[in-house]
Amino acid sequence: MSRQTSRREFLRAVGGAAAGLGLASVIAVEPARATPASMQEAIRKVVGAAQVQTGRVKLDLPPLSENGNTVPMTVTAESPMTAADHVKALHVFNEKNPQPDVVSFRLGPRAGRASVSTRIRLADTQTVVAICEMSDGSFWQTSANVVVTLAACLEEA
Amino acid sequence: MANALINVPPRAKRGEIIEIKTMISHPMETGYRRTQTGAAVPRDIIRTFVATYNGAEIFRAELHPAIAANPFIAFSTVATESGTLTFQWTGDRGFSETASAPITVE
Repeated sequence: MSRQTSRREFLRAVGGAAAGLGLASVIAVEPARATPASMQEAIRKVVGAAQVQTGRVKLDLPPLSENGNTVPMTVTAESPMTAADHVKALHVFNEKNPQPDVVSFRLGPRAGRASVSTRIRLADTQTVVAICEMSDGSFWQTSANVVVTLAACLEEA
Repeated sequence: MANALINVPPRAKRGEIIEIKTMISHPMETGYRRTQTGAAVPRDIIRTFVATYNGAEIFRAELHPAIAANPFIAFSTVATESGTLTFQWTGDRGFSETASAPITVE
């Protein structure tokens, strides 16, 4: 058969396929999402019963990120970093990625300076929380909002 | 397969705080993506990164799928003595990679 596909048929076929794909993705590709509540739970797991105070830790994230697949992040804590008074760990959490944990850094007095940089993924516009664990057992937190234009984790492999 | 890039200053003064930058090529597959046919792509990430200075651990990171592909980590340490800094990345599917760099402390 040498009949050419008409424009109408073509559009109908493409529309049908697109609708099918859209539906399939709604059903299939919806991984569990971390929520502010699950983030609080994850934070609780790290801090235990201790009270988390605000301050002493700084989270550097761009306020607007074009690409959620790689967002530069720097966590810095104010500490003299001596054997008696230093940062034991820096933890980062998020609200809306599939899971609330982002990363945990463990450092000690040999770090000299409590500042760590990395690149993270963000699935949506959301709040990122950094928690700093001091050698005296106290916890300090800060948060940053990031607007994400292109979300991570959603594209097909 | 894996390719690690590390940046350690070759020489430093005793007591100086030096910055160390590391990056390794790795897809950091989250385990949350699906193929076009809907099959889940299994997770394949680096779980831990450990830095040691002449055998003593100075820094450790626990990574999760929220770390971008080709993990970049920059941190600092105090230059205490001449020797070797060793970095190890371990992850899913038996992934393990080590790299080291010498440092001269004056």
